Amino acid sequence: MSLLELKSISKIYGDLHALDNVSLKVEKGEWVAIMGPSGSGKSTMMNIIGCMDKPTSGQVLLDGVDISKESDRNLTAIRRDKIGLIFQQFHLVNYLTALENVMVAQYYHSVPDEAEAMEALRRVGLADRAKHLPSQLSGGEQQRVCIARALINYPELILADEPTGNLDEANENIVLEIFRQLHAEGTTLVVVTHDPEVGEVAQRTVVLEYGKITREIHNESFEAKTAPALAEARN
Amino acid sequence: MTKQKMFLRMITASLVRRRSRMLVALLAIAVGATILSGLVTIYYDVPRQMGAEFRNYGANMILVPSGNDAAFNMDAVEETLGYIKPDQLVGVAPYRYETVRIHEQPIVAAGTDMEGAKATSPYWHINGAWPDAAGDILLGQKVADQLGLKPGDTLTVSYAAEEAEPAAEPKTDAQAGETNRLDAASQAEGQEESGADEAQTTGEDYVPDASLDMMVTGILETGGSEEEYVYLSMEDLNGLTGGSDKLDVVELSVSADQSELKQYGSDIENNVDDVTPRLVKRVTESESTVLTKLQALVFLVTAVVLVLTMICVATTMTAAVTERRKEIGLRKALGASNRSIIGEFMGEGLLLGGVGGLIGAGLGFAFAQAVSMKVFNSSITFQPLLLPVTIVVSVLVAGCACLLPVKSATEVDPAVVLKGE
Ligand SMILES: Nc1ncnc2c1ncn2[C@@H]1O[C@H](COP(=O)(O)OP(=O)(O)OP(=O)(O)O)[C@@H](O)[C@H]1O
Ligand SMILES: [Mg+2]
Repeated sequence: MSLLELKSISKIYGDLHALDNVSLKVEKGEWVAIMGPSGSGKSTMMNIIGCMDKPTSGQVLLDGVDISKESDRNLTAIRRDKIGLIFQQFHLVNYLTALENVMVAQYYHSVPDEAEAMEALRRVGLADRAKHLPSQLSGGEQQRVCIARALINYPELILADEPTGNLDEANENIVLEIFRQLHAEGTTLVVVTHDPEVGEVAQRTVVLEYGKITREIHNESFEAKTAPALAEARN
Repeated sequence: MTKQKMFLRMITASLVRRRSRMLVALLAIAVGATILSGLVTIYYDVPRQMGAEFRNYGANMILVPSGNDAAFNMDAVEETLGYIKPDQLVGVAPYRYETVRIHEQPIVAAGTDMEGAKATSPYWHINGAWPDAAGDILLGQKVADQLGLKPGDTLTVSYAAEEAEPAAEPKTDAQAGETNRLDAASQAEGQEESGADEAQTTGEDYVPDASLDMMVTGILETGGSEEEYVYLSMEDLNGLTGGSDKLDVVELSVSADQSELKQYGSDIENNVDDVTPRLVKRVTESESTVLTKLQALVFLVTAVVLVLTMICVATTMTAAVTERRKEIGLRKALGASNRSIIGEFMGEGLLLGGVGGLIGAGLGFAFAQAVSMKVFNSSITFQPLLLPVTIVVSVLVAGCACLLPVKSATEVDPAVVLKGE
């Protein structure tokens, strides 16, 4: 059974088909990039997968559960338990420190654990920034806090909408390296991006145009690329 | 870390690190709580204060002899006091008036119990000291001016029975609806002065029956006719005049309300033969009307201030929710249920209410203390119960103020607020 299955979903705003009869399967542990021009429906699709929006028609199966019919309340619970979200604008709580921002995700999920939150920050290379407020962090650092927050509850699926859209190349590489590690550990990743470089490093790239999937590219050299990164990560 | 700890950490961080935003709301609550606790403190203390204050205007019950020929002494007073609850009795001051001569001048001397006079006439201002031993005398300001005497001076008081005779039975109008000691005193004085004039017009043949060397301990300043008398102990006056222990008037200061006082009056009227009680109506009646009006005013002002506080807090919280829509959306995206969102915003509001209430309770007491010192010239007792009450009311006001803003917080759609810039 696939972790995620979209069965001919559409999202219609008035007479605009933001998503038009889209079907997609994502297997457990897969790393999928979603690419496409602006307005093609990428964010709309992410919101539906992320349980923040419902399709106008069609079915969304997440871990075998049809989330297109669930109540808002249940969607909140599913999102909390299964999904880690990463945003282009980071969206950190501005009056909480980096560490506290990570703990907020634990707080809503189960129980805050400071040591574990600290470990997640260490993982994204921010152990020494734990007590800083978002305003005291660079954009790249903020995005890494956001990633630490997304992975703190071991979600089955990490959804990232333009995670590197506001970052320079150096920070982009750091983020991609973290994604590689997550992938190596078996986390399922769905990453929306404009950036071909970010698309290329994924296992599979899905191209959306005018609300339809027009192409799917399998990255042949993926395994080879991952191996050194994985080895690096383990060192 | 427990969830509760994290909850507290988040709401305190929100208040502390966003303090410039929350300051207005905190200020509003603190001011509201200050007014609340201040006014309520005054509200509870005022009856006591006002009671004492009205007592300051002198006695509220006067005992005079029943009928023109009657006389009474301390035995009748003791009997009378049996009808008044001892703990309500603030003071008893018996007075006997006689015309005496000091430096050849006829002057009305009042024999009294100094402790009683202190209690029933707390507004008396003494330059120097109260008499406290035999041979001490207190001079009214006017007498002191007239005779050119000051504290520490000695003088001789002389008394002639013949001269004082016409005043032996001061006439009091038993029918009078109201009276006070000074009425009785001026009656005595009037009669005695006529005697004194007589003595003076009869020339130099004044022969005192007795005289007493006394020392001036203080000068009495009241702004009233009390300044025209001299005051000495009852024992000294009785000694000087020889024998008689009759009283002209007794002042009572009773800490009872209007109806109780009336009841005492009729009890005494019906049961004690020699004594007729008179209530000093003016004071006791205004006392209760002033109190009622003042308390209504306090209620009104407090209610208005609390409503204003609520409006201010509601405005601040609405602004906070609008400003924090992204944060609310984010929390929801992270899995916060509407209940948690309500809990967190309410938590912030209630914490704000609690802190504001605590500050206000303290400031309110200081405020009440200042008012009390200014208006009543006495300090106020801290009502321990008022601390929790102020905090609870502040928390409730803040909570009510947060209801609508918090409801709008739950309506935030994370998909909408989190996308785009
Ligand atoms: N709430 C909405 N109401 C009406 N139209 C909407 C709404 N949300 C999105 N759309 C429209 O749906 C289409 C797809 O939007 P979406 O945000 O998914 O694009 P996108 O692929 O993420 O674009 P970008 O790369 O610029 O972020 C757009 O034409 C957008 O205007
Ligand atoms: Mg988008």
